[in-house]
Amino acid sequence: MKHSGRFGDYGGFYVPEVLMPVLEELEEAFYRFYEDEKFTAELAHLSKYYAGRPSPLYHAKRFSEHVGFNVYLKREDLLHGGAHKVNNTLGQGLLAKYMGKTKLIAETGAGQHGLATAMIGALFGMETKIFMGVTDIERQSVNVHKMKLCGAEVVPIEGGTGTLKDAINDALRYWTAHVTDTFYLFGSACGPHPYPTIVKHFQGCIGKETRQQCLDQIGRLPDVVVACVGGGSNAIGMFSGFLDDEDVKLVGVEAGGRSLSSGQHAATLVAGRVGILHGAKAYLLQDKEGQVRETESVSAGLDYPAVGPEHCMLKDTGRVEYVAAQDDEALDAFELLTKTEGILPALESSHALAYLMGQKGKLNREQTAVANLSGRGDKDVSIVEEHRPLEQ
Amino acid sequence: MRTYSQVFSELAKVKRTALIPFFVIGDPDFDTSLELVKTAIDAGADILELGIPFSDPIADGPTIQKADIRSLKSGMSVNMAREFIRQVKSYKDIPIGLLMYYNLVYQYGTEKFFKDFHEAGVNSVLVADLSIDDAEEIISPAASAGLDTVFMVTPVTEPERMKLIASKTTGFIYTVSLLGVTGSREDLSDTVGSLVSNLKELTDVPVCVGFGISKPEHAVTVAQAGADGVIIGSKIVGLIESNLGNKDKCLAEVSSFLTEVKKALEDHAG
Ligand SMILES: Cc1ncc(COP(=O)(O)O)c(C=O)c1O
Repeated sequence: MKHSGRFGDYGGFYVPEVLMPVLEELEEAFYRFYEDEKFTAELAHLSKYYAGRPSPLYHAKRFSEHVGFNVYLKREDLLHGGAHKVNNTLGQGLLAKYMGKTKLIAETGAGQHGLATAMIGALFGMETKIFMGVTDIERQSVNVHKMKLCGAEVVPIEGGTGTLKDAINDALRYWTAHVTDTFYLFGSACGPHPYPTIVKHFQGCIGKETRQQCLDQIGRLPDVVVACVGGGSNAIGMFSGFLDDEDVKLVGVEAGGRSLSSGQHAATLVAGRVGILHGAKAYLLQDKEGQVRETESVSAGLDYPAVGPEHCMLKDTGRVEYVAAQDDEALDAFELLTKTEGILPALESSHALAYLMGQKGKLNREQTAVANLSGRGDKDVSIVEEHRPLEQ
Repeated sequence: MRTYSQVFSELAKVKRTALIPFFVIGDPDFDTSLELVKTAIDAGADILELGIPFSDPIADGPTIQKADIRSLKSGMSVNMAREFIRQVKSYKDIPIGLLMYYNLVYQYGTEKFFKDFHEAGVNSVLVADLSIDDAEEIISPAASAGLDTVFMVTPVTEPERMKLIASKTTGFIYTVSLLGVTGSREDLSDTVGSLVSNLKELTDVPVCVGFGISKPEHAVTVAQAGADGVIIGSKIVGLIESNLGNKDKCLAEVSSFLTEVKKALEDHAG
């Protein structure tokens, strides 16, 4: 490896020896192409005409009235595929193409990354396999169907709790046996180096655009920027635009599940301890001896016991504040945004909105917060219906 | 305490390849697991590879994953694994290599882990998710505890990297015979021969081959390739899985399989 892949002491590449050559190849290819003129031009073209970038920054006035301060939403939910995930899959998919790889594999939790990978597989004519836990297949069946329509094979994973962690385990195992022709299109800013760096780079457009849009539309930078944190890709993409703006408070919101005290949650940075999983040193939900704990969240995309290494560093330095929102708070936020703005947020993104609801009375009318609306909530309608049945 | 080099130099005199069975400690429970390991010793194991179960074993196929789950469900813990090793060593002084995942070592405290497990009777620790690039994190604590360091070489390891790995390995090189995770295979990969002979040209460190070896013929092929040891894991763990309700049959099958492999290796040595 040319780079250590470390963010402070976090990150690295804790993987079996057999994966080292392919990670080195990926690192080499990324640094060769990411600033290459032809590569960046092709990516810019696809980002605009295929994915729909730039995404708008929308002033949610009725939601703002409710919380008592100005709320702007970065509308990643309007992108093709319905989430920020396409930024990363276009970037890595193009990288795979430039590397001459013909097959894609990916893990998925909510199915958004799986779908975004299946789309790119169809777009580039690559054979695509998506690894997905059986619990997630059940709760995100609409996305499973969409992936299949795009021509991807969805591989059900029985192990563990049948969620994102187990899907990553099996994607890594499969990759171990197919390193020569297969590109592993990793879905979040975690996992072994170079993925955290690659994913941050391709998601960096969120923060860059948002910062400029704030200057153009509001005339200044926001007071608070908030994003939900699963593995950490939409959040690091957003935060990376503001890290040097010290007056901008950055907040990452994790899945508080039932409650922190119940242990049934996925609030890794808030309640975890440093450990090693999926190739990186990072905060981790685990028992005393280091066995990884089962997690729980109403949102499949946040239901993961580890987190990206850069977030771990940003927690320790205090640059970003990490908090948790519980399932019921996220559901409240889902309902409020839907009622006040006619926008269905993904349950993942609803966690970021839940934080803003909690700031009512703490921020004033003159102040402005930006929330990353990382995805749309169509995929979650049946889960919301289950928890909050409509009154007839 | 008996060392790897004692075993390998004795076997070199008779030109026989070492038989190295693998078990997940505590599979399916502490007591049965201990009986299985004793049975393997009686059937002629030269060295033992033992795994401490982990919730997320990314280098393992379905057979060993299930064994990890069985063992964890039966209540196995890292501290009990240490006791297990003590009991094995009091049955017979046989070299033991641990095969495990980094988080368990890290949470225990790396230095303390090596010290405590060396005291319990372990000769080496192979951390499945720690490549040679991060080897420094364990080499000096392992060495100061008196442990050998075992690292892996795979079919995609370049010669330069093989040299580096060989230079940091003291016990034996764990050679992975195929691309992929652990699991029994019908046929042995045909890269084994060239992989072993490449390594033999580069280093004097003993070379043991594992992953996918599930028949006496496979073991003989590995011996013919010039390997110093053959590691058999999923095949044995699979025998445990298919005899879960019947301990006596399980012990008998593991015993007769290992006896058969041992005989094949002895016949090959002539
Ligand atoms: C809409 C949406 N937001 C957020 C996430 C969480 O991932 P990350 O933390 O990598 O942004 C997901 C994951 O599936 C998602 O679908």
